[in-house]
Amino acid sequence: MTQAITAEKKKPAKKTTAKAVNSLDVSDHKATVGKNFADNAKMTMRNVNVFYDDKQAIHDVSVDIAKNEVIAMIGPSGCGKSTFLRSLNRMNDTVDICRVEGQICMDGEDLYSPKLDVVELRARVGMVFQKPNPFPKSIYENVAYGPKIHGLADSRVDLDEIVENSLRKAGLWEEVKERLHQAGTGLSGGQQQRLCIARAIAVSPEVILMDEPCSALDPIATAKIEELIEELSQNFTIAIVTHSMQQAARVSHRTAYFHLGRLIEVNPTEQVFTMPEHQLTEAYITGRFG
Amino acid sequence: MSKMSFENHIMKQFDEELEEIRTRLMEMGGKVEQQLQNAVRAVTEADSALAEMVIKEEKFVDEMEVDIDEACILIIARRQPAASDLRLVMMVTKAVNDLERIGDEAKKIANHAVLLAGEKTGSQGYTEVRHMGQSVVSMLNNALDAFARFDVDAAMRTLEEDKKIDLDYKTALRELVTYMMEDPRSISRVINILWVVRSLERIGDHAKNLCEQIVFVVKGKDIRHQ
Repeated sequence: MTQAITAEKKKPAKKTTAKAVNSLDVSDHKATVGKNFADNAKMTMRNVNVFYDDKQAIHDVSVDIAKNEVIAMIGPSGCGKSTFLRSLNRMNDTVDICRVEGQICMDGEDLYSPKLDVVELRARVGMVFQKPNPFPKSIYENVAYGPKIHGLADSRVDLDEIVENSLRKAGLWEEVKERLHQAGTGLSGGQQQRLCIARAIAVSPEVILMDEPCSALDPIATAKIEELIEELSQNFTIAIVTHSMQQAARVSHRTAYFHLGRLIEVNPTEQVFTMPEHQLTEAYITGRFG
Repeated sequence: MSKMSFENHIMKQFDEELEEIRTRLMEMGGKVEQQLQNAVRAVTEADSALAEMVIKEEKFVDEMEVDIDEACILIIARRQPAASDLRLVMMVTKAVNDLERIGDEAKKIANHAVLLAGEKTGSQGYTEVRHMGQSVVSMLNNALDAFARFDVDAAMRTLEEDKKIDLDYKTALRELVTYMMEDPRSISRVINILWVVRSLERIGDHAKNLCEQIVFVVKGKDIRHQ
């Protein structure tokens, strides 16, 4: 008899709280929770607002990216993570209706200062896109193009060396060294993406921005890129936007969660995926909305 | 009411799978609690038939452990749970282990109950077993209740009960040693009692582990070894 009573008593209690998450309004969201600032910051962003015409896409985001760290930006579609990433090397300048407010600095230098050379900036802050986009040129030319126009090589020998080093760092050298003068577009998707990474690092950038670099790749090619990100972080600072939460968990040191244009939480990745501070982060990474 | 919820995943199936392991853990907890109560009663009432039943039914507890573990592994493989979901799944795999060990200890108690019932001499030690048995059954019950409601406060309170059980254990040991000194003929039966209280003390430790795991699920804090 006693047992029957205890068994009855211990039916798990029904929960009613989670329904609120989907309708959670973030318009009054004031501050990012967690550790959004860093002691050894490479880039510092303060009170950044981004507008497309009169529509505000990014609301008051303040965050640091530390030297040699990999920071992952995650969030549901349309949360502003790509917009924010693109404002870090002024890619948004190419969009007429886009306006960026607030302060974005690298090593203390204001990236939106009128005196700043944007072409030079994009060499210092390189970018890798979702779809591999090699130039319709040879593998060699794809990598050599940047160093040439930025005058980084004095001689053909120098240039050869830069090309080889970049391809090696991108983990592609062994696969392409026999066919450097064949078209870059003839490579497989994963190889093309690594070629784009080689092209980005050929100009010795300080920061590499990656906008969903693996979403067009198969799992093996993805694993190679992820391994590469880990190696690259020894020499470069990396900010990566990804739709794959597992990828963010695997490759990044810190994870930033965006929601409806607000930066909700930044914390060490191991914390975000085991015990996030904010309820919205929790709801997103556990697959409760997206 | 705690804020824990394992519902509202985009994949409804995932909700059901998490609910399933919770429910099955509670069932296993209920079964183990019953085994423990019966084992203690088998000792204090010298009921060897009841003891035999506990020994026979231990295999059901083992089967539950294997089944729940398998369900947890499947969830990890299929869903890659994160945050509170991940903590729940990890907690359940640990909790079934503790519950299975409690089941083992209950079986050991039942084994000694059979031996004690066969001796038919004296009743030294029954008071100690009854007293400790009550405390341990109540602690396990509270721990399972706290899990059912994800109640951290209740878990923290229950955790403290282990201290009292450890103290009772020491007191019981002293009593039992006195019995043996007073009457050396009682040594063999008192040693059986001694193993029983030892098992009860171990069960207290496992119940304490359960409470620590509840805190881990709800708060994400590891309070072991503090």
